[in-house]
Amino acid sequence: MPDESDLEARHASDDGSDAAGEPGGRSLRDLVKALTRPSASQILLAAVLLVFGVGVGTQFTTKAANDPYATARRADLIQLLDTANTETTRLETEIEALKSTRDKLQSGVDSAKVAQTEAQNRLNNLAILNGTVGATGPGIRVVIYDPGQKVTASTVLDAIEEFRDAGAEVIEINDSIRVVASTWFGSANGGLVADNAAISMPMVIDVIGEGHALEEAARFRGGLVSQVQQLGGTVTITQETTVTITAVRQLPQNQYAHPA
Amino acid sequence: MFAILALLIGIALGIWLEPSLPAGLTTYLPIMIVAALDALFGALRAWFDGTFSDRVFAVSFFSNVLIAALIVFIGDQIGVGSQLSTAVVVVLGIRIFTNAAAIRRAIFHA
Repeated sequence: MPDESDLEARHASDDGSDAAGEPGGRSLRDLVKALTRPSASQILLAAVLLVFGVGVGTQFTTKAANDPYATARRADLIQLLDTANTETTRLETEIEALKSTRDKLQSGVDSAKVAQTEAQNRLNNLAILNGTVGATGPGIRVVIYDPGQKVTASTVLDAIEEFRDAGAEVIEINDSIRVVASTWFGSANGGLVADNAAISMPMVIDVIGEGHALEEAARFRGGLVSQVQQLGGTVTITQETTVTITAVRQLPQNQYAHPA
Repeated sequence: MFAILALLIGIALGIWLEPSLPAGLTTYLPIMIVAALDALFGALRAWFDGTFSDRVFAVSFFSNVLIAALIVFIGDQIGVGSQLSTAVVVVLGIRIFTNAAAIRRAIFHA
């Protein structure tokens, strides 16, 4: 019985020769003829090819459906596992490093936030002190009626000083003049002037601070109330839970002084 | 014509029916397919040489497939399965190329 491999071996020996020139050699035309005119002997061939086709199709679907590790060998799987473990260790180290970096940055952000909050608080304090922003809080409203126009600048200045001693934080006159450290009082044209602005009568002084202490600072014997009454005027004082002061003052640019 | 039709029908059956392969056989199917390919090319070459016999082809087809699977199976048992399957694929691949060269000569005379 002639074996396939025997035949192949025989032909492999004369690979260089022209196969078409051999006796019994067939050409492409013969193949087409055989395909178009099937003979009974091709049934067995067809059966074998059917089996082959089923195998190929099965392999295609298995390859496509299953996960690739289902058909892998044990040694390969162990190697894959080792690689995965090494990679896990490496990535865990990286995670630790990144976490510590993140914590460092986080604490840096926190301290920066604290510094910013403190700076903001100081900025707010200074702004209120300098009168560059509005302010609101509990306090008193003092109204001075002075029909004889006899209240002098020094009386008002004394009252302001007394308010400051009593803990006044923000002082405003007539809803328009913000009283700050450099505010001056004088008289001109028979009326009072503060920071170059005339003070119309009746004079209203809004003060933010502890209400009771402020009121006492105006009512003590020889204080604002008794002075104005001696001059023939009257003073009304009301304690308010909310005094809103909107008058602001432009901060002059320092021409000569710089922060040291 | 029967042959090509049968091949196509077989592939279609394999894809559509999705026959469940026993778990132990999944490793061997690719090797078996390569062995079958080798047998197919050998048969085509034999046909061009005029020495084709369907009986010989059927026997060589199944024996090739079985021997390839057996070699890999033995390799798996003695711990060199992946190496032996590589070896089988290489050898069968060389044979396929040799046969394909002969077929090419028969068709194109070149």
